Amino acid sequence: MAAFIASLLTLGATRTALVIGSLVAATSGAVGVFVVLRGQSFSGHALGDIGTTGAAAAYLGGISPLYGFIGVGVLGGLGIETLGERARERDVATGIVLSLMLGIGALLLYFMTQRPNPGSGPVAILFGSIFTVDPGVTGPVALFSVLVLLLLAVLYRPLVFTTVNPQVARAAGVPTTAVSLLFMLAIAVAVEESALVAGALLSTALLIGPASAAVRWTRHVGEAVALSVLLGLLAVVLGVALAYQSYAWPPLDRGWPVSFFIVMIVLLEYLLSRIGRRTRQEPATRQVP
Amino acid sequence: MHLLHVLFPSGLFTADFMVNAWIAGSAVAVLSASVGFFVVLRGASFAAHAIPRASFAGAAGAVLAGGDTLVGLAVFSGLSALGIASLSSRRHESQTTALVLTAALGLGALFLSLGNAYAPEVYALLFGQIVGISRPDVVGILLLLALALLATAILYRPLLYASVAPDVAEAKGVPRRRMDILFLLLVALAATAAVPVVGALLSFSLMVGPAAAGSYFGRGPAQSLGIGVVIGLLSVWLSLVFAYDTGMPVGFFVAAVTAVFYGLGRLWSRLSEGENAARVSP
Amino acid sequence: MRNLQPVAGQAQPVLELAGVRVSLGGRPVLQGIDLSLRPGELVGVIGPNGAGKTTLLKIILGLLRPDQGKVRIGGHDAQASRSLVGYVPQSYTPDPDLPLTARDLVALGLDGARWGFSLGGRNRRAKVDEALNWVGASSYADQPVGRLSGGELQRLLVAHALISEPRVVLLDEPLANLDLRSQDEVVALVGRVAHERGVTVLLVTHDMNPILGVMDRILYLARGQAALGTVDEVVRQDVLGQLYGHHIDVVRVHGRILVVGGPDVEALTCTTCDA
Repeated sequence: MAAFIASLLTLGATRTALVIGSLVAATSGAVGVFVVLRGQSFSGHALGDIGTTGAAAAYLGGISPLYGFIGVGVLGGLGIETLGERARERDVATGIVLSLMLGIGALLLYFMTQRPNPGSGPVAILFGSIFTVDPGVTGPVALFSVLVLLLLAVLYRPLVFTTVNPQVARAAGVPTTAVSLLFMLAIAVAVEESALVAGALLSTALLIGPASAAVRWTRHVGEAVALSVLLGLLAVVLGVALAYQSYAWPPLDRGWPVSFFIVMIVLLEYLLSRIGRRTRQEPATRQVP
Repeated sequence: MHLLHVLFPSGLFTADFMVNAWIAGSAVAVLSASVGFFVVLRGASFAAHAIPRASFAGAAGAVLAGGDTLVGLAVFSGLSALGIASLSSRRHESQTTALVLTAALGLGALFLSLGNAYAPEVYALLFGQIVGISRPDVVGILLLLALALLATAILYRPLLYASVAPDVAEAKGVPRRRMDILFLLLVALAATAAVPVVGALLSFSLMVGPAAAGSYFGRGPAQSLGIGVVIGLLSVWLSLVFAYDTGMPVGFFVAAVTAVFYGLGRLWSRLSEGENAARVSP
Repeated sequence: MRNLQPVAGQAQPVLELAGVRVSLGGRPVLQGIDLSLRPGELVGVIGPNGAGKTTLLKIILGLLRPDQGKVRIGGHDAQASRSLVGYVPQSYTPDPDLPLTARDLVALGLDGARWGFSLGGRNRRAKVDEALNWVGASSYADQPVGRLSGGELQRLLVAHALISEPRVVLLDEPLANLDLRSQDEVVALVGRVAHERGVTVLLVTHDMNPILGVMDRILYLARGQAALGTVDEVVRQDVLGQLYGHHIDVVRVHGRILVVGGPDVEALTCTTCDA
């Protein structure tokens, strides 16, 4: 076992995947608990998709996709936050923003393929893979992770209050609108950095899956955050290890996709939490419109 | 006829593939806006986005197994609808939708890498191929349209009741849970028809945008549904003209045009809300 | 269970509960409930949170089966007689942009549970118009429901409940979140439902004071048990004390009744408390 782990870490691509994957999983896991408690899964997922449009624009403009992801993600998050106040209106507004951004993304991808040398850009943006990440982004990703976790730490208490009981929080003088807006910013950055390194698919899985399981297994928000981070890390490490193993599996000689493993582990965690929950009491969750 | 030629490039209405595109596009517009009426009413945009998106994995699986992509789409959209329905309780619907979607896409990633990852027919399904539709495809889509419209007509009243006043509807004997499942299956049916035409990524644009605009413009349910269908048709027709003119992807125009209609709807509603507030509070 | 007023009069009871017992998750919520209500009777259902008020409504609606006992409406089993019961739910707050007019909502009460489109017809429209007219909602019949005031919406829900011509109407906290004037209007309307149309009304409320003038009998629920009778018979120190299982004071001030007691009883006098 130790030899296996050692061999995992000596491979450059795998090491980068593990380091970056862990950063992303920890950030998404922490933010995800509030996303789940506040019923913002759709926004969280949509932001990952929206970011790909920004990445395509950045690619066409010749700048780093990181800024495309983060820039468009933050804009999209603010758009969703301001367009939808009530639950149903917010749902539709999220759908429209997502649809428009995906449409623009389709246009940009079309422009890319019109270029003489499209290369692997479009495919990489659509199905970003944790194994092909440029090790150079480790620094910026770590920086953004720290920023998101700091923001979450600052917001923690008012955010819990606003999430559990928005009316009372507002009456008690919590600036709920500002808290929601800042939290949307945290979601956007967390989702975009994971969409950049792991693809939009994994960003949604890591944001919602571990948190959904953790919320069912714990009674306090703090415990849920800790467990969610652990479950996210577990999924990434196990997923990368399995993907590494799968190079030896039939029918491929190039390995099974790591995103498949991570998603399935996350799903398993969630399904286990649903079975395990029967004997436990549900924490005080409440959806916020 | 001469005027038409001045206004529109030749072949827009006559080329064989364009005739197919007009028929299939119109059928999908009508179907998506009808089902979309309930999507908007129930605030179920996420499911409307996730089901066609998840069905893409089915198409990849069908290519891998050497089957028909339409069957793959139908199986996966149906399975993801049932998955969302069976895992969801009312409060957790959006998180289970996200998880079902990622699970399906994870399988899709596996199918793509096990098979030929760059199968063109699979990528065509991502963004749709409205101008690549064959005559048999058109027949298939029209059959799905007829089936889905029939189902919508039969479900119309109880689904409306359960969507606008779930507690009372349940007390009146409309089974809430069964309505949830039937609604998601209806979305799956619409997705199966729409994905080959407008693509897995953007078929929900046609479900959400026109119906949302329709519900802003219309008063009662029937009027809103009707206006939604008209807006859906206009969106598809305008997009076809633009796409034919510019050669750019039709999905982009569909997303842009439906977003414009939605924006107009919100503006309209904002203006009439002001009027109404003046009426209600003396 | 104390049925303090023996059922008098010739009229057959419309709603009968006999020996009803319900447990949810192994915990008894209602036990030993017997009651018998006549046509045109308005009964206020009062009790603290968790006393079983909502469960009682669900049983009468046929959404929940009692573990023991019988529920009969108009002489039929509750499960088989849904059309005989009208229902006004607690806190119905449609979105302002919901594409549904007042008329549409009332029409759904008539035939919303049936498959297919409604074929309209003059008869259907006349029935909807009549129901809207009877509750005084004609002036806003074509307004979207999401833009109506709380009082307007309650009238509409009463029309919606009445249009299928039920023999029993259940109202769950219809006075919550209404200003005083709207409360009075809704109470007067509900009184007419019972006394003009002869429909038996069960009205659930936290505060009995607004309905003292129209209420025929009171059904007081606490700890899963019930006391039924006139206000003077039930809202007394000894009766409520026995129901709650500890000392209770009943205070009458300026025509209002306040029930004061142990820690969980304070909510009774709170008119603005949420459920």
